[in-house]
Amino acid sequence: MAASMRLLVRRAIRLSHKNITLTAAGAAARSDCCRGPLVCRCFSDEAEDRSTHFGFETVPETEKAKRVYKVFENVAQKYDIMNDAMSLGIHRMWKDTLLHVMHPQPGAQLLDMAGGTGDISFRFLDYIRSQEERQKRRVARSSQTPSWRDISNNYSTQDEPRESRAVVCDINKEMLKVGKQKADSLGVSAGLSWVVGDAEELPFDDDQFDIYTIAFGIRNVTHIDQALQEALRVLKPGGRFMCLEFSKVNNPILSRIYDAYSFQMIPVIGEVIAGDWKSYQYLVESIRKFPNQEEFKGMIEDAGFYCVKYYNLTGGVVALHSGFKL
Amino acid sequence: MWLRIQRLNQWRFVLTSKVCVPQLHTSSTEPASSSCDGLYPGHIHTTPIQKALLAVGSGVAALRDPYRHDMVAVLGEATGHFALINLRDKMKNDPEGYTILTERPRIRLSTIDVANMASLPEGSFGREYIRFLDDNHVTPDSRADVKFVDDEELAYVMLRYREVHDLMHTLLGMPTNMLGEVAVKWFEAAQTGLPMCAFGAVLGPLRLNASRLQTLVTSLGPWALRNGLRARFVLNIFYERRWEQSLEDLRQELNIEPPPVILSAANKTST
Repeated sequence: MAASMRLLVRRAIRLSHKNITLTAAGAAARSDCCRGPLVCRCFSDEAEDRSTHFGFETVPETEKAKRVYKVFENVAQKYDIMNDAMSLGIHRMWKDTLLHVMHPQPGAQLLDMAGGTGDISFRFLDYIRSQEERQKRRVARSSQTPSWRDISNNYSTQDEPRESRAVVCDINKEMLKVGKQKADSLGVSAGLSWVVGDAEELPFDDDQFDIYTIAFGIRNVTHIDQALQEALRVLKPGGRFMCLEFSKVNNPILSRIYDAYSFQMIPVIGEVIAGDWKSYQYLVESIRKFPNQEEFKGMIEDAGFYCVKYYNLTGGVVALHSGFKL
Repeated sequence: MWLRIQRLNQWRFVLTSKVCVPQLHTSSTEPASSSCDGLYPGHIHTTPIQKALLAVGSGVAALRDPYRHDMVAVLGEATGHFALINLRDKMKNDPEGYTILTERPRIRLSTIDVANMASLPEGSFGREYIRFLDDNHVTPDSRADVKFVDDEELAYVMLRYREVHDLMHTLLGMPTNMLGEVAVKWFEAAQTGLPMCAFGAVLGPLRLNASRLQTLVTSLGPWALRNGLRARFVLNIFYERRWEQSLEDLRQELNIEPPPVILSAANKTST
């Protein structure tokens, strides 16, 4: 009871701040691709009276989070193996594409929401490292025969660039545990931190991160709009929101094959490899309940992001949405 | 007053959980929502394709890791439809078996009186069963639930078979190491005709080392097969009423010879 009151108060404060910035931004923004959203939030009934979907089942909102937690607690140990088995390894390509589109530069601060087993963060740190090496090589190549002025400049501009940091945040402790074990076995620890947190109420201050990603996590959130608002809050101005999520396949033939594969094969694979049919049944059902590319784009714009666009991967099986906080 | 509050809470729980509406046949490719009860608690609807995939997948998984009892169970359920019908008919045609089908006894730690059974005289069936559980560090509560059998009565027959498996070990005097399990599988294959038992009987020996394989082929295997074929049908015995009966007596009644080789339960490491 006290928690929900706190949540309401925080939302009220955030909304009042947002309305001020939005009206200012709305007056200033003129670009065609960007839309200034006007958001009206009504503080209606208590959450217990509303119901939502859990896969194809209808459950009270308060129960959804608990059940989702249970699902991921059960699948955490076999999560990575199952991803490879279910997507035949293609999920690696999707995540690599996310990193290429993100194109992070050294010094970037990443919040990897619903990061779980850390796939995105590990790729992020690798990418940054290879960017840093490329920069060093470029600097080394250009300074092979420096002039006296260049040498003296090099001595003075010795300021260290800010270290890149990736924060893996997830509501589920089991998933984070598996991710930490993976990090230990890979020997990755610098620039990586693991935080338990709820996407609808992030334990971070405003304007902290350059990039916010949520890969295959947002469809499990009970209130997606709140998660989007929180993302807007913790991003720095100029920061980028990126979301990888399963989406609508528009090609009818591919769609039928995809549906048949999802409902016939995936729970079976879940039963055989992880011993858990029902969790994977939930996962494929939750994909069907998630809004399609255009609707989700609208939701991101409603939350206050600009220049929202999406890329379809693998024929629409996965969509990569991106928006900026300006 | 507290009772009324408790009952109110129970009703609220029932009402909210009944919000779950089974989404049957919403589209051709969407199976019924599995989170609602099917024909029995834990039932999951599966199409024939899914059963076939489950059979193959669980077979491979069980072969790679024989200690995955859940995979052995799934293999049994996915392949055992016709055998289960046969077993159910056998039970119906026998008076004791029919009693089991109507009374539906369960063998779990909550339904058997372990302390009482442990105090029974040496050589009694109940005492030997408790000894078996202790020596092999197993419990009757670790059996997987039946999920993929699409008939409620057949699901009970499968469950009964699974729960009676430990009693088979006791009757045959076999421990739960690989060799003992294979010997019991040979016996069960002859008795029940379940495809899963047949697979286990044929493929299980692949994991045995040479000396155990020899023991199996020369003495244990033929003994298990012979007894499986001539013994009275094991699912037709109401074991819960026979704890005090002496083990030898029960063996004679069921027409089972005592084991030719005494295997100790300590050999759980090597196969």
